[in-house]
Amino acid sequence: MLQIVFDSLSLGSLYALGALGIALIFGVMRLVNFAHGDVIAFSIFALLWPSTDALAIVFAGQLPWYLLIPFVLLIGAGLSVLCEIVVFRRFRRASPATMMIASFALGFVIRYFLLMLFTSRPKSISLLPMLSQPVEIFGARLPLLQLITIIATVIILVGLTLFLRRTRFGLEMRAAAENFSMARMLGVRANRVIMGAFALSGALAGAIAMIFGSQTGTVDIQMGASIMLMAFIATVIGGLGSLAGAVLAGFLLGAASVIMQVVLPVDARPFRDAFVYGAVILVLLFRPQGLIAARGTKERV
Amino acid sequence: MSLLVLANIEVRYGRLTAVRGVSLSIKDGDTVFITGPNGAGKSSLLRAIAGVTPASCGTIDFDGYNITGKAPEDIARLGFSMVPEGRDVFGSLTVEENLMVGTGMKARDRGWKAKTAEDLEAVYQTFPILKERRHGQAGLLSGGQQQMLVIGRALMTNPRLIAIDEPSLGLAPNITDQVYERLIALQSLKALTLLIVEQSSTRATLVGGRMLLMRGGQIVLDGNAREVGNSAAVQAAYFGYEDH
Repeated sequence: MLQIVFDSLSLGSLYALGALGIALIFGVMRLVNFAHGDVIAFSIFALLWPSTDALAIVFAGQLPWYLLIPFVLLIGAGLSVLCEIVVFRRFRRASPATMMIASFALGFVIRYFLLMLFTSRPKSISLLPMLSQPVEIFGARLPLLQLITIIATVIILVGLTLFLRRTRFGLEMRAAAENFSMARMLGVRANRVIMGAFALSGALAGAIAMIFGSQTGTVDIQMGASIMLMAFIATVIGGLGSLAGAVLAGFLLGAASVIMQVVLPVDARPFRDAFVYGAVILVLLFRPQGLIAARGTKERV
Repeated sequence: MSLLVLANIEVRYGRLTAVRGVSLSIKDGDTVFITGPNGAGKSSLLRAIAGVTPASCGTIDFDGYNITGKAPEDIARLGFSMVPEGRDVFGSLTVEENLMVGTGMKARDRGWKAKTAEDLEAVYQTFPILKERRHGQAGLLSGGQQQMLVIGRALMTNPRLIAIDEPSLGLAPNITDQVYERLIALQSLKALTLLIVEQSSTRATLVGGRMLLMRGGQIVLDGNAREVGNSAAVQAAYFGYEDH
């Protein structure tokens, strides 16, 4: 039982962090950033030497954890900000659909860049190996990694909340997310806020990359895309643009996946995802605006 | 001295021209009403000055700077504070957070914190209800309170000029009276320039000041509000009785 709870929470953590990264950017510029998943993949591949071997040649991975973590977060944030400066900035006045397609294309550019350097072969990698030891809590044997994942997610969520509530930049971001045009008329610098959102979102991508990489022990260039799909669904279920909703829906999706894995009859388990997506459709039928509807979905100029 | 000078401003939305060749000069410390019927181009003109919908043609100078085509945040930073139609409060933020959004532009100045606290206290003195509700969600305020909040929010940026689009929209007449009463008091206190868009000219004749009448994207009348007041020309502009 406890095992199920922890499984749900640690899978949900990934989805929640992913959804948050998408919701942050959607909030300030109404862009559904499909390149987010590839930023995740890129952050982890940044630790590897380009090679076609199945065994990853880690170069930065040898760093001690207190350097490794900031390194990956910075890579994610850096790439994300770069995407904004090079690509998304030119689409500021474009329609959401145009921006979405652009983000799709950009995602593929990043993915094929990785493909060029690393081939599509999955690579085994051992990040922070000390985390794979099991620990015993309340009689359940859990991998330490799972525990760390959950703790790290909680720290990130609390940190982000404090950042948004207590800092000037957070205030400006919340104002801009609700009514971008009005915030600008009050002197809030559009580019700064948007770049901040991309940096945060990219750092979240880095965090996901690290967690996912250490959980699975393998990395491949598609890894971001699979999380991205679930994360995107979580943002929609949560109410596009609502950060709290995105996190909540992320955890719910994680729980739904894990629980269905357990309760579904063995024959149906391979089709688990179909059941999860079915549940998604039901939720959207009953709450098309999302679990927590975002404010300020007002048209921006 | 002229604080705001418009020369030959034109605003287009696709094939629709909302403002046609408006030239105008506003003196520092003036109260200026822009009135006119629906669709006259009043709001479009304000939005063009604020940089929200850039003018397709013409030049705008504010406080000696050419602000044509500048971003809204840069125009705001020069001291042009815009209060758009419909009272755009940030509903999910608290009242106090709303007031603080615009104070960041001077965050690098020395003594900014003390100055901001002082400004905040001044706004609360003008609008005591805001102090009472300071930690409440702004979206839960009544229409009149929201109007006071957005005026207070504009004041917090220490503007030279406040442009307000239809402050009376959706407010009961006695609430509108209160809003105007404080606006006028603030103006004389802070040497503010006010640029107010209203659909009806009644308010302008009550308050006084300069009144511009727009129709079909052009300024058709410009004069002292009390004199122009309800003249035949005003009637004509609203109801279109004049001969073309």
